[in-house]
Amino acid sequence: MRIRLPFELLVALRFLREGRTQSLLILGGVTAGVAVTIFLTHLIGELQSSIIERVLGSQPHVVIRPPDEINRRALPDAPGTLAIDQPRAQRLRPVDQWESVAKLAAATPDVVAVSPLVTGPAFALRGEASKSVALMGVEPDAYRRIVLMDKYLTAGRFAPSGTNAVIGIELAKDLGASLGDRIRVQTAGGREEVLTITGLFDIGNRDLNRRWVFVSLRLGQSLLDLAGGVSQVDLRVTDIFEAEAIARPLADATGLKVESWMTTNAQLLAGLKNQSTSLNLIRSFVTLIVALGIASVLVVSVVQKQREIGILRAMGAGRRQLLAVFLIQGALVGSVGSALGASLGWGLLQIFASVFRNGDGTPIFSPELPADIVIGACLIATVVGTLAAMIPARRAASLDPVDAIRS
Amino acid sequence: MTQPVIRLAGIRKSYNIGTEVEAEILHGIDLDIAAGEFVALIGPSGSGKSTLLNLVGLLERATAGRIEIDGIDTATQDDVGLTRLRNRSIGFVFQFHHLLPAFSALENAMMPGIIAEGRATDAHEAAARELLRRVGLEAHSHKKPNQLSGGQQQRVAIARALLLGPRLILADEPTGNLDTHTADEIFALMREVNRERGSACLIVTHDPRLAERCDRSVRMVDGLLYT
Repeated sequence: MRIRLPFELLVALRFLREGRTQSLLILGGVTAGVAVTIFLTHLIGELQSSIIERVLGSQPHVVIRPPDEINRRALPDAPGTLAIDQPRAQRLRPVDQWESVAKLAAATPDVVAVSPLVTGPAFALRGEASKSVALMGVEPDAYRRIVLMDKYLTAGRFAPSGTNAVIGIELAKDLGASLGDRIRVQTAGGREEVLTITGLFDIGNRDLNRRWVFVSLRLGQSLLDLAGGVSQVDLRVTDIFEAEAIARPLADATGLKVESWMTTNAQLLAGLKNQSTSLNLIRSFVTLIVALGIASVLVVSVVQKQREIGILRAMGAGRRQLLAVFLIQGALVGSVGSALGASLGWGLLQIFASVFRNGDGTPIFSPELPADIVIGACLIATVVGTLAAMIPARRAASLDPVDAIRS
Repeated sequence: MTQPVIRLAGIRKSYNIGTEVEAEILHGIDLDIAAGEFVALIGPSGSGKSTLLNLVGLLERATAGRIEIDGIDTATQDDVGLTRLRNRSIGFVFQFHHLLPAFSALENAMMPGIIAEGRATDAHEAAARELLRRVGLEAHSHKKPNQLSGGQQQRVAIARALLLGPRLILADEPTGNLDTHTADEIFALMREVNRERGSACLIVTHDPRLAERCDRSVRMVDGLLYT
């Protein structure tokens, strides 16, 4: 039994097949447009997420710190008064009432992790070597939800407690120490402690690998002379681009300095935004060009098919049926073109992923195409194709059958 | 008396109404055609024959007057109603055979049915095959129009016009661009199917030989009809 297509689809398909060259050209245009859109969207998306991951992989999304200490002027602001205002040196201070601040932060919607941190400068000493480091006093379970330390660990465990410490691989190399060895740390305040290395990490950043020394919160507090206090509270949020929106009300509520990664990495954020804007610009223009292409081909097709349209009308085809015939042509070009374009975009990705690789041989970006990008592009192409066909379709529907047949 | 298939009363048609070049082409036409009647419409070029045919074929609306098809006053019908009437009650045979080049002979013959039902049906296909056999083209049903001769194309057009068994066949110089021999054949075929099926025919022709072979001739001169 043969499949009987509906009249509108049947005629649309035949019309497209009849104007073979035009149909193939515009199909090629849609294919290229969809392929470029899918490829660029995925490429830039991947690049952005890898940049963000690299930046945010080792830093909290939001940091709560004590406010800066500023001078208050004692002199009246009278004319003729001269004053030299020397900014104050910022000493290491604890976050006031950090436990209630942490509770408040934890209760804030979209905050998924809260971790107190006491951090300050110190020297790490072993034998003749002495290195300047940053002491990081953390609660390991809370901290590993802020920075995924387990992922970066190359040896041992991330469980600083007592006098156990976790240090970076670069520092270990500089000190000639490895797992199980002891190092001495000394703070500016003159306190010191001998630590046992129970874990090594490689965070992917040489500077941090050289500087961070993780100890327990309590040890950090006593070494840095902040008994019971912390120097900052780190937060992790669900949507990283909401970090600033979460930070601001917290700052207002606590009177503390609350900074999101978006403020501290403003330039990176601006760069990402510019990238997204140009991507959107490219996508809009590609969409526009594809729409214009489909519309112009179908406008020509309506003119070429005037006589056929007239015949169909004389045989009793209604205006709506002819409108549908041309709308379907637009939708067909859009959907078939986007299917081809998705395949082409996928092919391009495979080639790029195999040609461009990171230093360690892994692809710079994943060659796997997320379904939402493909479905989105195909939907848009089909809708745009249908909309682009609107003008020609209306012309076809409004043709006067007598004029059309006479032409 | 049985109801005529076409009843025209006082048909007038003007173009460019309200402009300086307003022109009345038809000045009041009265015409009845009964079921099964085969009527020739003759007259010089520009006399308004094609205009009258377009009005009767519901491709245009008259400026004044009354057109009844099968008892239905067409003035009461909207665009959708007229389109439906065109589809079910009227079969067109045009001068330049006007087949759809993208479709085979069989598909062309089935087209009024596809339009009527929204898609082809087995009944339409059977009817179209029977009609193509009737006009002697059963061996050519799969061919595209450009693979058929002028006479063959016009046969397909006749089969197409007959598919839904319309009460009225309108033919605008159906033999106009055929050689005499083929023209005679096509005319004879139309005459035969008209007798077989009893549909009324209104045929515009320049050929007095053909007009003589019709039941009746009406002559149009300068927008007026003389019987």
